[in-house]
Parts: sequence; C-alpha cells; structure tokens
Amino acid sequence: MIHAAYLMPLLPLAGFVVLAAAGRRLGDPWAGWLGTATVGGAFVVAVITYVGLLARHAGPGREFTQTLFSWIPVGGLQVKAALLVDPLSVTMVLFVTGISTLIHLYSIGYMKGDRDYPKFFVYLNLFVASMLILVLANNLLVTFVGWEGVGLCSYWLISFWFGRDTAASAGQKAFLYNRLADVGFLIAIFLVFDKTGTLNYLGIFSQASQISSGARTAICLLLFVAAVGKSAQIPLFPWLADAMEGPTPVSALIHAATMVTAGVYLMCRISPLLALSSDARLVVACIGAATAFVAATIACAQQDIKKVLAYSTVSQLGYMFLAVGTGAYEAAIFLMVAHAFFKALLFLGAGSVIHGLHDEQDLKKMGNLRRYMKLTFLTFGIGWLAIAGIPPLSGFFAKGDILDNAFARYPALWVVGLVTAALTAYYMTRLFVLTFYGEDRWKKASAGAGHGSGETAPHESPWVMALPLVVLAALALVGGLLDLPGHLSFDPLGWLAPVFGTALYQAHQSGSTQWVLAVVDAVVAVGGLGVSYALWGRRVDNPALEPVVLQKSYFIDEIYDTAIGRPAESFARLAAVFDTKVIDGAVNGVARLARGVGGGLRRIQTGFVRQYALGIVVGAVALLAYMLTRVS
Amino acid sequence: MSIAGHWYLALGAVLFSIGAVGLLVRRNVLVMFMCIELMLNAANLTFVTFARMLDDIGGQALVFFVLVVAAAEVVVGLGLVVAIFRRRRGTTADDLHMLKG
Repeated sequence: MIHAAYLMPLLPLAGFVVLAAAGRRLGDPWAGWLGTATVGGAFVVAVITYVGLLARHAGPGREFTQTLFSWIPVGGLQVKAALLVDPLSVTMVLFVTGISTLIHLYSIGYMKGDRDYPKFFVYLNLFVASMLILVLANNLLVTFVGWEGVGLCSYWLISFWFGRDTAASAGQKAFLYNRLADVGFLIAIFLVFDKTGTLNYLGIFSQASQISSGARTAICLLLFVAAVGKSAQIPLFPWLADAMEGPTPVSALIHAATMVTAGVYLMCRISPLLALSSDARLVVACIGAATAFVAATIACAQQDIKKVLAYSTVSQLGYMFLAVGTGAYEAAIFLMVAHAFFKALLFLGAGSVIHGLHDEQDLKKMGNLRRYMKLTFLTFGIGWLAIAGIPPLSGFFAKGDILDNAFARYPALWVVGLVTAALTAYYMTRLFVLTFYGEDRWKKASAGAGHGSGETAPHESPWVMALPLVVLAALALVGGLLDLPGHLSFDPLGWLAPVFGTALYQAHQSGSTQWVLAVVDAVVAVGGLGVSYALWGRRVDNPALEPVVLQKSYFIDEIYDTAIGRPAESFARLAAVFDTKVIDGAVNGVARLARGVGGGLRRIQTGFVRQYALGIVVGAVALLAYMLTRVS
Repeated sequence: MSIAGHWYLALGAVLFSIGAVGLLVRRNVLVMFMCIELMLNAANLTFVTFARMLDDIGGQALVFFVLVVAAAEVVVGLGLVVAIFRRRRGTTADDLHMLKG
C-alpha cells in the first residue's frame, strides 16, 4: 500500500487541473468541496503510508525512493522525478495535508460569495501540491520546482484581492524577497553538482565527507539564504507581515503548512551536510535566535491582529532555526508541527473574528468578543495558551525541547530564547485580552461609521469554519504528546532519529537539570502572561509600550527603501537616460548615416543610359591603366 | 603569306574604340545596339587572334559563348526597343530617364 505514495502530490495536482479547467462551472461551493476532497485524499494516502512505514523495522527499511520518470537525462546530469519517502518527508506530508484539509474546509465558509471563489481553490490546490513536491522530492532540482511553485502560489494568493493596491504590492514584495533568496538555492545547486556530480540527496550525503570543508560551508549557507527568504528570517522577513493582505485562510496556510516551514524542512533535509559544518550551524543558530527576539519585540506593538500573528510566526520560525543550528532537528520538527497546529488555529480564529466583525482587523476596535463568539473565544484561548508556552499544552514542550538543547550548546542563545519566550507570552496575552475582554469598542467604531449596531453585531461562523477550529484546538491541546521529555516509551517523533543519524544532537541532561529548565520555562511563560494582563487588562492605549520604532518594525522598510530602493531607482533613471540618449542615439545615428549616404549617392543615378555607359568605360579604362602600371 | 598577329590586335582595338565612342555619342537606341555589337565582335576578334598566337583553343571556345550571349542580348534589346517604340515616337535614349534617382 505504501507504494501509492505518488498519489500524495498527484491528488492535489489533479484537483488543481480540474479546478483550473472547470472551476467556474462547478462554482460556489462545489469547487471548494472538490479542492477539499483532493487534499483530504492526499491526507488519507499519507496516513496509509505512515502506517505502512511504521510496520517496517526502524532504520533504512523505512526509506524508499519512488521513481516516476526520467526528467533530465543529459550526459552526466541525470535528474529523475522521484520521491524520497522516509520518516522526515512523511511527517511533513502528514501535517501539511492534514492542516491544509482543515484550511480548505474553512475556506469554503470564509470565501463564500467571493467573486473569484473557484479561482481561490485553484491556487490553494496548486499551493498544497507544490509543497508536497517540495517535501517529497528526492533531489535538489525537484525540491526547487516545489520551492518555486510555493513562491508563485503565495504571490497569487497574497495579491488575491488585487483590486486593492496594498494587496497587489504585498504580493510583489513577497515574490521579490523570495526570488532574491532563491538565487542562493540555485547557486547551491550548481555548487553541489560541481562538487559531487549528483543532485540526489542520498548521493550527496554519501559523498558529504569528500567535499572540501569550505565548499560544504558555502553550500549550507547558500541553502540557508534560500531558507531565510522562504521562512522570513533576518534580514528577509518584512514580506511576511505584508503578506497579511491576502485572505485569512491563505495566511493560515502560509504560516502553518505550505510556505514558511519549507525553509526549516530544507535545513533538516540537508542535516548530514550541516553536521559537518559547525560554522554554518553557528550562523543558522545566531540568525534564528536574533530573528526570534527581534520579531517578538515587533509583535508587542502591532495593532493589526493579523500582523501580531505574522510577527509571532517569524519569531517561532527563529526558534526552529535555533534548534537546527544546535543540531536538534527533531526538536525543530516538533515545534514546526506544534506551531502548525496552534498557528493555523490562531489564524483561523482571527479570521473568524474578522469575519464576525465585518472585516475589522484593528485590535483597538475589538473587545469583549467572548460574549458574542463563544466557540472562537474558547478555541482561540487554547491556541493562545499553547503558543505562550503554558504547560501542559504543545507549545510548552516544543519550545522547552529547543531551549534545553540551546542551553547545553549555546548558553548565550538560550538566554535570548528565554527572553523571547517571555515576550511571546506577553504579546499573545495582549492580543487575547484586547480582542476578547474589555469593553465593546467595536460598537463605538461602527456607530462612528454610521452603521446601526444591530447590523454589525458579531456573529459566530458557520460550521465549516467552526469545525477546523475545534479540531485544531484539540491538536494544539494534545500536540505536546508527540515528543514528551524524558524519552518515555510514547515518542511518535522519535522515529525521525534515524533520518538525521549522527547529525542529530540531543542534550542529555540529568533529571534535575531538566526539571529546573522546565520550571524556568513555565515560570517565564506565566510571568510574561501575568505582566501582560496587568498592563493591558484595564486599558486599551498605552503609548509607552507601543513605541513607534516597534510599530514600524524597526523602520526596516524605510531602511531598505533608502539603502536599496532609492539608489536602485536613481540607477534606473540613469539607465533610462543612457537608453534614450546613447543606445537610441546610436541606433538613430546609424539610420541617419545611411540616409545621408543614400541621399548623396542618388545624385549620380541620373537616368541617362549613356552616362552610365560612360561610367563603365571610364572605369574599365582606369582599371586597365592601373593594371598596366602594375605590370610594368 | 600571313599577316603578323599584332595587326589583328590593332584592328580589334580600333573597332572596339569606334564602338565605345559610338555608344557614348549616338542617341538612337538602334545605333547604340550596333555599336555594342561592334565592341563584342572586336573582343571576339582579339580572342581568336590570341588563340592563334598562343596556340590555345580556349580563346576560340570563349568566342562561341560571346556569340550566344550576344544573340540573346540582341533579342532582349530589340524586344525592348519595339516595346518602347509602341509607347512613344522615336527611340532616343536620352528621352528615357524616368528611372532618375
């Protein structure tokens, strides 16, 4: 049964093709149901594959390659379109398809009545299919295909409501940042082929020790550049906040399942290379920790509910890279899965709030929604506690795992991680309190806008939107069971260990150290939560806690604009002048020259035959005279 | 008795010059054609003379080519003259300068 693995990317791809061809005819809501069914089918296949692999013995037996066709057979370059099915890729596929199915289901309700309803599911299906190609590929080039597909679909979906200028430019921004990072991926592919003569992951890893250490570090860092763009790390993170212009299910999909996790996955996939390059690992860990902290501080001052969540994703991805940098790949995957659960939950909950308040995203114009949206309140609350790291929810264990490893390897980065954990609890509590507690500020806002209050009263969402919330809340609650500390016998993510092999680093602390660290994590999380409640429980405006520098994300957009945008623009203007004056001048000059010469020469064409004859005679005589002088 | 070869060459040169000058100074298209024929045949005479002097059959062979080309040229040329004569009275070359650049 596990040899049906090719169906995993194929089903969403087939859904994409059918929807692209006949989506309009299917219409609302059948196009949505078809999209959901294909992704759900991929999830079922993934579960079957998972069970099939579990039935085998641990180790190489749980790894097989499924070749679909020979893609590029050119001399020394033999690229096959093949899938690598192993515990890592199956884990990825399981949660990607599972969460995508829920988000598809949610979108059926959320996008209801949209003008381009079928088109939305066309993009969504291609998005999922690209992500599955990315994680299942057995070589760098096929991964790159998925990598680009994901980037393209994110561009389409972020600018889905392209009528709004902000959405259109946000899509372009995401695309450009990703393209910039993809250059790293391409150069890494060239370098890998130059050094090993193959692009196949297993082939590369078997030769990993023969590559010179400089080239190994270069390959790792170039692939990390690609990951930095895709996973929105410093310095390429601003696009993810702007990506909030897309419909909320898209944000959930990008943040939880199909886009930003790709970078972390790539780093985990090349773990045998990373294991041999401590320099690259240190860079990854430092960038991760720095991003986690910086993004968390920005999230503390944002007003838009979705932007808070966006920066929180950037921050959590920073944690994942910190884990990759310390070699704790299993912990990185653990947080990735746990984060997928609670971040999808938070985004879908935020979407429910926005939906209920008729497209209001400003935290300052919400408040007291627990009275009106009971289910959203409860499920969002679980997501809030999970990401804040309150035991015994999934976030606590996942983050604890990473921090334990950081403590053992890079104590300085552990401190940064711990401070970030406190900030995480702080900004999420601020978000939660402002949204669900306090006064009904949306009444005032809507009265000011001239609507009757009855018309805009928040309402709970339909069941297709509520069901994913409930499922995700349950997963966020029990997700911590995936990898409990202390190496208990129940350890579902433990099956990943053979994939990373010797690359895997696991801190082995004494029982008491482990307990102390866990208590410190819990105290920090509860402390951040308490401080935030004390500060935001009673008031809405607190300018001292929302400095402009944080609201503007450290002026990163302005800095890039001044440092790169403006000079590029001036250079473009210069190039434009060069184009009109020099290039066009040269082209027009050649034309003018030909015209002048022609104008001069036409004088001698008089139309008198005898004159031509005279010319011939004179020419012949001159020629003869010349030859005579040469002879004598 | 045989006449020395350079006399033939001199005759060819004289004939060619008469033809060339005639071509340049006469305006009647028919006369110009005759001048061209004169030049062609002067060249033929020279060819034959050289073939004789150098004992090389190549010169005589070339003459045949020239004769064939000249015959074809005359056909085309006279056809043109007839066509021109139908449209306008007289065949003065200088009246036909519509292809002026």
